[in-house]
Amino acid sequence: MTSRNPGDTQHSGVTRRTVLGTGAGVAAATILPLQPDAQAQQLPAPIETGTTIRVSMSVNGQAVSLDIDSRASLLDLLRERLGFTGTKKGCDHGQCGACTIHLDGRPVVSCLTLAAKASGREVTTIEGLASGETLHPMQTAFIDHDALQCGYCTPGQIMSAVACVHQGQATNRDSIREFMSGNICRCGAYAGIVAAIEDVAANSREG
Amino acid sequence: MRPISYTRAGTLEAAVKAFTAAGADARYLAGGTTLYDLMKLGVERPAHLIDLTGIAGLNIIETDGDVLRFGALALMGDVAYTPAVHEGYPVLSESLLKAASQQLRNMATVGGNLLQRTRCMYFRNGAGSTSTVGVYPCNRRQPGSGCAAIGGLDRGHAVLGASDACTAVSPGDWPVALMAMDATIELFGPGGARSIPIAEFYRLPSDTPHLQFNVDPAELITAITVPKTPGRASTYHKIRDRESFAFALASAAVAVEMDGATVRTARIALGGVATVPWRAQPAEDMVRGKTLTPELALEAGRAAFRGARPGQHNAFKMDLGARVIADALMIAAERRS
Repeated sequence: MTSRNPGDTQHSGVTRRTVLGTGAGVAAATILPLQPDAQAQQLPAPIETGTTIRVSMSVNGQAVSLDIDSRASLLDLLRERLGFTGTKKGCDHGQCGACTIHLDGRPVVSCLTLAAKASGREVTTIEGLASGETLHPMQTAFIDHDALQCGYCTPGQIMSAVACVHQGQATNRDSIREFMSGNICRCGAYAGIVAAIEDVAANSREG
Repeated sequence: MRPISYTRAGTLEAAVKAFTAAGADARYLAGGTTLYDLMKLGVERPAHLIDLTGIAGLNIIETDGDVLRFGALALMGDVAYTPAVHEGYPVLSESLLKAASQQLRNMATVGGNLLQRTRCMYFRNGAGSTSTVGVYPCNRRQPGSGCAAIGGLDRGHAVLGASDACTAVSPGDWPVALMAMDATIELFGPGGARSIPIAEFYRLPSDTPHLQFNVDPAELITAITVPKTPGRASTYHKIRDRESFAFALASAAVAVEMDGATVRTARIALGGVATVPWRAQPAEDMVRGKTLTPELALEAGRAAFRGARPGQHNAFKMDLGARVIADALMIAAERRS
């Protein structure tokens, strides 16, 4: 498993986040050595085996420039290096939409975007939508229409929803549902999500 | 994931040169929606990525000439919404719009999509991290290791074009539409430029399922061209487990040229049911020169599945696929101007 193969991992000791981040199957194998006290120390020491490259990009209007592991996803760069944890990791395979951000103004899944590819481009995350203390109209509409329950998928839903209105695809419920099909909500808040998007589109608020 | 070197190529020549210099562990990178995904799963383990997306002019969409010409780096979403494609060639536009979520359509390229790998769960999820064979054997991933899908959970697998070594289904929608429209693939490699018809692009699994494409690893797709056929009405009809953002259980790309209610010519290709984008000539032959009725359309659909070989859990695809062809024929015929 991964824990025996330091070349494939970037563990810096086992934390809750590491366990969560490595997935259930691997987590089960990783948790076992934690039970006896001293064994945790036998886990691989932090080894950075990757090739690093310099990237420069704009994130929410601010220029950033840093060295990253060339394998890193844009999602991990945003969350783990730059602290923009509003963008969520769901499936990490482009199937759930929780990690949706805007790259040069268009929605993409940041989990399948190699961070290196974002160099020289403009990234907008959920943290970049509000103007100071004033929420983006779509954020307000999600609150007004109770368009969430647990909230985990919400940042991704809102990033897609903004694009749905902006691209003129919020013309009717079917079109909204089709456009939003790349964002999964396990709580089933879809009715509220569609209502929020309809509301913003109908009020011609900036999407 | 192995450490990787990442470089951006500025020209086709530079890309091929970098690839040739890097050797067998190099991969070209475009949108990355398949390659990076498979790297996370341990199925692909490249040491060198050569990013093509900075090559100027490779994303141009041309619709004014004798043919429709799509640069390999054109995004799926951009091609789908190009007015001349959206209005004049619905089979192309619909295949792209039904292929992926809007986020993925903003990432994936129309050239890279031709190289999408199968969604067979034994292929994707069986790589493991320490074993060379993987948790599940897979002849496509590890030649000669066996096939866990044959006799396994094969509900999503192919009933046409399968072999004793592999029954993995070809996942694409866009390649199916291109098959029905007689597209040509333009390539560039160490030996220069060449073109091949899409019908010669894909390989049946036979006893070498790890070889999927009749393309040299160092070759790049540079463009896709589609002959202009203003007289054809078309559709891409796709049936899935859910209404949107899912792979096909069965799909049909149909383009028909009608003379009143009579079919002059029909082009039919299938997705979701075969190991490669599948041209259904028996179905085309059955409707040519005849008055199209729902009964004839279904008869044609059935003809496409004569000789199909179902596994344990996928026999339903023969009936479903026949009905998808029948419905697609009727939808396309109704669209005739």
